[in-house]
Amino acid sequence: MGKQLLSGNEAIAQGAWEAGVEVGAAYPGTPSTETLENLVTKPDVYCEWAPNEKVALEVGLGAAMGGVRTLVTMKHVGVNVAADPFMSAANTGVNAGLVLLAADDPSCYSSQNEQDSRHYAAFGRVPCLDPSDSQEAYEMAQAAFQISEQFDTLVMLHETMRIAHTKTLVEVAGERNQVEPRDYESRPEKFVMMPANAVRRTLAANDREDELIAWAETNELNRMELRDPAVGIICAGALYPHVREALPEASVLKLGITWPLPPNLIRDFASKVEKLYVVEEACTYLETRVRALGVEVSEPPAGRLPRSGEVTPAHIRAAFGAAAPSHMEAAQGLPPRPPAFCAGCPHRLVYVELKRIKAIVTGDIGCYTLGAVAPYRSVDSVIDMGASLSMAHGMELANAGERTGRSVIGVIGDSTFAHSGITSLLGTVYNGGKGTLCILDNRTTAMTGTQGNPVNGVTLTDQAARVNPLDVPAGKQLDLVKLCEAIGVDEVEVVDAQDAKAIRAALKSAVSHTDKLSVIIFKAPCRLLDRSRGVMPVIRDCRRCGRCIQIGCPALGKDETGHAVIDPSQCIGCNQCVQSCPFGCITKEA
Amino acid sequence: MPHDTTTNYGVSQNANKVVLDETKTIMLVGVGGQGTILAGQLLAMVAADAGLDVKVSEIHGMSQRGGSVSTVVRVGKKVDSMIADPGCADIVVAFEAIEALRAQQYVREGGRLFVNDERITPVPVNIGVCQMPERVDERLAKIGATIIDAAGIAREVGSPRSTNVVLVGALSTALPFEVQEWEEAIRRRVPPKTVEANLEAFARGREAVA
Repeated sequence: MGKQLLSGNEAIAQGAWEAGVEVGAAYPGTPSTETLENLVTKPDVYCEWAPNEKVALEVGLGAAMGGVRTLVTMKHVGVNVAADPFMSAANTGVNAGLVLLAADDPSCYSSQNEQDSRHYAAFGRVPCLDPSDSQEAYEMAQAAFQISEQFDTLVMLHETMRIAHTKTLVEVAGERNQVEPRDYESRPEKFVMMPANAVRRTLAANDREDELIAWAETNELNRMELRDPAVGIICAGALYPHVREALPEASVLKLGITWPLPPNLIRDFASKVEKLYVVEEACTYLETRVRALGVEVSEPPAGRLPRSGEVTPAHIRAAFGAAAPSHMEAAQGLPPRPPAFCAGCPHRLVYVELKRIKAIVTGDIGCYTLGAVAPYRSVDSVIDMGASLSMAHGMELANAGERTGRSVIGVIGDSTFAHSGITSLLGTVYNGGKGTLCILDNRTTAMTGTQGNPVNGVTLTDQAARVNPLDVPAGKQLDLVKLCEAIGVDEVEVVDAQDAKAIRAALKSAVSHTDKLSVIIFKAPCRLLDRSRGVMPVIRDCRRCGRCIQIGCPALGKDETGHAVIDPSQCIGCNQCVQSCPFGCITKEA
Repeated sequence: MPHDTTTNYGVSQNANKVVLDETKTIMLVGVGGQGTILAGQLLAMVAADAGLDVKVSEIHGMSQRGGSVSTVVRVGKKVDSMIADPGCADIVVAFEAIEALRAQQYVREGGRLFVNDERITPVPVNIGVCQMPERVDERLAKIGATIIDAAGIAREVGSPRSTNVVLVGALSTALPFEVQEWEEAIRRRVPPKTVEANLEAFARGREAVA
């Protein structure tokens, strides 16, 4: 196939496919999402979206136990969700190869934190591979399956956003390794993690750790590059090309295997350089472990590297006193351009009404997190997938609503509800909780790029065939009303998320009944699913009250005289501003 | 816009090869939905076909919803980092005027700044939390920007969505790749029905800065 320009995620999909992977499972999450979206397009491999990362890893472990090579992908915070099966799988080992891609997000470009997933690899004592570009991602994806089977272990393939979302040239072989499924036989001593077996499997993991350390010492995925002996730098992943860019003369120990570390190789490198430094970002994962070997790690001569956030070549130049290019100052006083709800977004009017009633909103993860920013500023907490509903119950236990005179409302999206909200709701019902919960059902997993999920019924295979969620028969969709009723919610109501009056009435009614648990399902499709345009409204006799502006539509602005104007290039004719004008000045009449 | 996950393409063996002594850094900045990613891909295809090493770094995720976006393309004999730090970009192409000012510190001394003569009002300005900057044209002139009415040109060729390709045309004049290689990349990458309009947009973008 020759050279191709592939993102890290595309390269991993290609490498896994060539390694004979037969099953893929994932929950979408930036920056990991495109990996399975790409893998599913290849022949002879089955891929699916799981409702969450724990389920994905369990499906993956089952498939690997059953005898076929399996890839499971997730973002870093997804590894937290999957941590339970991860720690047990780390002890059981596999049958056929099992690889978990964990994609980290230093600087939180699309995440609620920037944790380093390699801590899990060390925690579970499973080997971790860390590519520095797409070529390595492609090769390591293949190596990972071989390592998984050789050492009978789950393998973590670790990447950061810069590796996942940077396209680099890859020499692609294009041939699939035909791997026969491995025989399955019951081995309860290996896969039934009851105490006696778990103890024995832990002993096996001890032996495996020793073997892996010996293997890592000489494996060519770790590479010593001796140049100027004055400066020796240990680095991995995206930091390797940054170090080469900033300090081309420095000696480097590039770690392609970041668990386990190779003690002798590190000591050998340390003995060959005058000063040893560790360059990494958003954590001290490597530095802590190098120091624990008794190897002296120096502080960079001209200043520390950032303790959090992405490290770039400029940070490295500064810390090592290398010359930086001169440049203009950054411009001051520019208006920020944060992400915003799209024109016609079905989340907008719900937040306009939540703001109006001054609710305390426990929020969740998705596009609708943007309800936290101006002009809505209506979200009090966003913690993790599903927390909106459980935290609303916790606030109820604290009597927070009563003490503030405000209503506490949990707000969650459809995909997030399927991911982790159902058990939260179950907990509230089970314990007699009351209050108001909202499910913003926009028929898709919007933030990561309109993926399928159990609520809209679009599978990953459907998605690859470009099935629009709006065309899925009802029988394939999760019926949220029936589900909430079955769980035991007192009142379940479905409301059109594009109808301001209906939204207001539903919220008013729900919060007035403090003796009931109400779930309101605000339903209307994401604008990315339905791009049809309605008639653009006209504004007549604008009284400059600014109410329409305050719904935060990107298509609405003011002219020099303060009159509201509609930008025809952005307006999709959704009717939201028409409903917002208290004087009826915005209409769709010709 | 959903991520396009099917954009991997092979490198052509037939293109004329280009030698670059130093790595060149091109930064494409704009507003989500303006087509910076496609523009970056066209550049990457041309450079890869010319036998150069290429890295294209894109930011997805939250930045999609009308926020500021940037794509960095680095091309050369051997490209290391995929990041552009301040003072490192040989060329910045701004798809929107405020985003041009926001990226000004990335232009290296003697570098080029191409700016689409368009202003998209950020939501915080619309809702009265912030104000539009004043004297934008003056400020852009002061930092040596080349202003292009790319949106106007795209409308003239009957393809308003080809604003990005007009800007690619302008960018192409500052890089050592042949016109036919750019045209070939456009043919391979854009939807078949839009090839002719995009080729016209590309040519008009070149003329605009000639």
